[in-house]
Amino acid sequence: MLPLATEPSTLQVVWYVLIAVLWIGYLVLEGFDYGVGMLIPFLGKTEKERRVIVNTVGPLWDGNEVWLLTAGGATFAAFPGWYATLFSGLYVPFFLILVGLIIRGVAFEYRAKHPDARWRNTFDWMAATGSFVVSLVFGVGFANFIIGMPVALAEGSQHLHVFTGGFWSLFSPFALLGGVVLVVLFLFHGANFLALKTKGVVHDRAEAFSGKVGLVAIVGGAIYLVWANLAYGWGIVGWLLTVLAAVGLIASWLAIRQGRDGWAFIATTVAILLVAVWIFGRMWPNLGFDNSAAAVPLDRVTAASTELTLTIMTGAAVVFVPIVLAYQAWSIWIFRKRISTKNIPDDVAVAA
Amino acid sequence: MSPETIARWQFGITTVYHYFFVPVTIALSLLVAVMQTMWYRSGDEKFLRLTKFYGKLFLINFAMGVVTGIVQEFQFGMNWSEYSRFVGDIFGAPLALEALLAFFLESTFLGLWIFGWDKLPKKLHLMTIWLAAIGTMLSAIFILAANSFMQNPVGAMYNPVTDRAEMTDFMALLTNPVFLATFPHTLAAAYMAAGGFILAIAVWHLARLNKANRTELEDTDVSAYRWAAKFSAWVLIVAGFGTILTGDFQGKIMYQVQPMKMAAAEALYETAGGNGEMAPFSLLTIGTLDGSRPVFELHVPGVLGLLAKGDPYAEIHGIRNLEEIYNERLANAEFNLPVDAAENSLQAAYADKLRTVGVTNFVPNIPVSYWTFRIMMTLGFIAMAVGAWTLWALRKDKLPKSGALLNLALLAVVLGPLFANSAGWIFTEMGRQPWIVAGVLPTASAVSPGVGAGTVFASMIGFTLLYGALAVVEVGLMVHYAKAGLPAEVPPVEIKGEDDVLSFAY
Repeated sequence: MLPLATEPSTLQVVWYVLIAVLWIGYLVLEGFDYGVGMLIPFLGKTEKERRVIVNTVGPLWDGNEVWLLTAGGATFAAFPGWYATLFSGLYVPFFLILVGLIIRGVAFEYRAKHPDARWRNTFDWMAATGSFVVSLVFGVGFANFIIGMPVALAEGSQHLHVFTGGFWSLFSPFALLGGVVLVVLFLFHGANFLALKTKGVVHDRAEAFSGKVGLVAIVGGAIYLVWANLAYGWGIVGWLLTVLAAVGLIASWLAIRQGRDGWAFIATTVAILLVAVWIFGRMWPNLGFDNSAAAVPLDRVTAASTELTLTIMTGAAVVFVPIVLAYQAWSIWIFRKRISTKNIPDDVAVAA
Repeated sequence: MSPETIARWQFGITTVYHYFFVPVTIALSLLVAVMQTMWYRSGDEKFLRLTKFYGKLFLINFAMGVVTGIVQEFQFGMNWSEYSRFVGDIFGAPLALEALLAFFLESTFLGLWIFGWDKLPKKLHLMTIWLAAIGTMLSAIFILAANSFMQNPVGAMYNPVTDRAEMTDFMALLTNPVFLATFPHTLAAAYMAAGGFILAIAVWHLARLNKANRTELEDTDVSAYRWAAKFSAWVLIVAGFGTILTGDFQGKIMYQVQPMKMAAAEALYETAGGNGEMAPFSLLTIGTLDGSRPVFELHVPGVLGLLAKGDPYAEIHGIRNLEEIYNERLANAEFNLPVDAAENSLQAAYADKLRTVGVTNFVPNIPVSYWTFRIMMTLGFIAMAVGAWTLWALRKDKLPKSGALLNLALLAVVLGPLFANSAGWIFTEMGRQPWIVAGVLPTASAVSPGVGAGTVFASMIGFTLLYGALAVVEVGLMVHYAKAGLPAEVPPVEIKGEDDVLSFAY
């Protein structure tokens, strides 16, 4: 057998970074609509208030979710070994994520389609539950990537790795904390978004809630990141990112207490971004796998596609990523106005 | 049951369900865009009302396609990890490009279309639905290019060092003859589905309004529904002929790259035609329960040769004959699925390895292949007939009459193309068995080795129950809003002040 390369090529590095960027985009963008989703039944007391909350993310959530789909597709294309082992290894968590995504997507689209309080209440709770499950499971999942998921070669295969940990091993105390922290972070991020996008009673409630949940996010996030750095750290840069993320969370909390909603939202955006950078820095070069029991390592070299595939994909990304960013930014700009219960029509508009 | 069997069931259930919504979405997005364009150009309120009405139904349908679509991308990795690893270098690229080029376009611009009526200038707003429609079509291009690779693996070679298929030529994926035939066929079939959908609802309302003493509003409704019914009937008929022509083209290519699939579709057990003889087309073949041999056959001479190779006297390989050829080739490690066409380089390169992997049965499920093929065609013809009848029934100022027969016809024109689409896909995918990548990777070798049967079974039950519940909700909403009919009036859209009421809110 020919020796395999052990040093990553430039394109492999590029694609690792691009996949990290897609995940970061997903966590930052859909992070706020998960937070908003979880808050619908709690911050919306009346039907119109709930509709205000849903409509802040109504035009945006589907586009945000495509970041996840693209991250999945890019992993499949650029690192098929990573995709194959990750998705089969975390079978049950991915199943839960799919169910969560399905019920929250249906809830956003169908809640307004029937003028019945019980119908809408059901879909509001589905949106909240789905958003919660997806946030929690991804939090547990990313913590496990930090720890390193144990893999070994599948029986009879020289190239396919399987996860050897088993389902229950995913729920270590660190991983469970990771799940809770991500939920709290998204609640903070979502409340800031809601404060930024609304007026009146919903806005006031969102601000007040953000002021409370912000403290929990700061304390929980600090414990989690210090633990991560001490047990699974990756040096001084990791600590630097941690400090900056903490500064971001604190700045956001201070900003929201002064009614500066825009700054509060930007600060949670930056904090989530920095945490994600920390995680993807930690996952290099083993992609979040623990190879100590694997005869052949599963890493950015063995999992990668050929240079030809990576070249073609790079060409497409160079042309289309800026275009996508431009029109998504334009769409966010179009729907920039704050809304309040005054903007919500009395009857549910089901027209297209 | 083995994990492979359950994983196949799960793939079948989730894919067939997902594909109920996809064809309607692809074609209806563009047809709604056409309606809005008619309004933009003519200013006729009728077209705006139609846009809003069919747009609403489109969105109910689209939502289901979106939420079930993500399962499709994830389950390749969850249930078919060795497949994902083996072909990821090739198959992953169109999937990633689909997300990057198509899904972002669809979701962002559809969001802008739904919520942007009072925020965007008319022309820009019209552009958003066109871009969303283009997104759905791009999506079809990439997913069909990926699927066509599974049917006819071109543009790739086998690398023994990494033990996987690797891309050699990306353009070959997009010029794969199977893709070039499948894309127009699938697209045309999608337009049949959307045409039937629009038609049935419009004709149902016309029959309801077919009474003396209509109000003024009802008169304008009749005029709008008449336009929609005639427009969709033409779409249905033209798309129907397109489906037939492209289907014929696709069949001829399939006879080259997967002769076994087509032999199974014909239940043609023994080689027929050639040497001055004509190959018969089966009108009805009833086989033994295990599908191993025919017990009753009714044939039209010559037609099969024409369909397969454009020559009534052509020789068409039968199932038994192909089995012999394949067994012999496998034994000699010179495997290649085509019999009458050029060899496939990936299949040839993998032959040596394939012998060690082992394939025992080259024959797909014959009754499934045979019947799905016929159900597909029959339902398509019925839908076209309803389309032609509609044009006849609406000639001059005539309107259709309500009744059981009409309802039956309308049900057939809605569900016929949908089920025909499903049957076509089941035929394509089941007919490819025992291969997941035709002539290279057997389906049994492709499943995730680390995932137990119990896990797959539990998730299959989970998806089935969830999808079942969603189907009840979706059909309920569709029927409710289809019956509700055109919106009475569409309030004028203006740029609004801060506290003014939004023209659309969830």
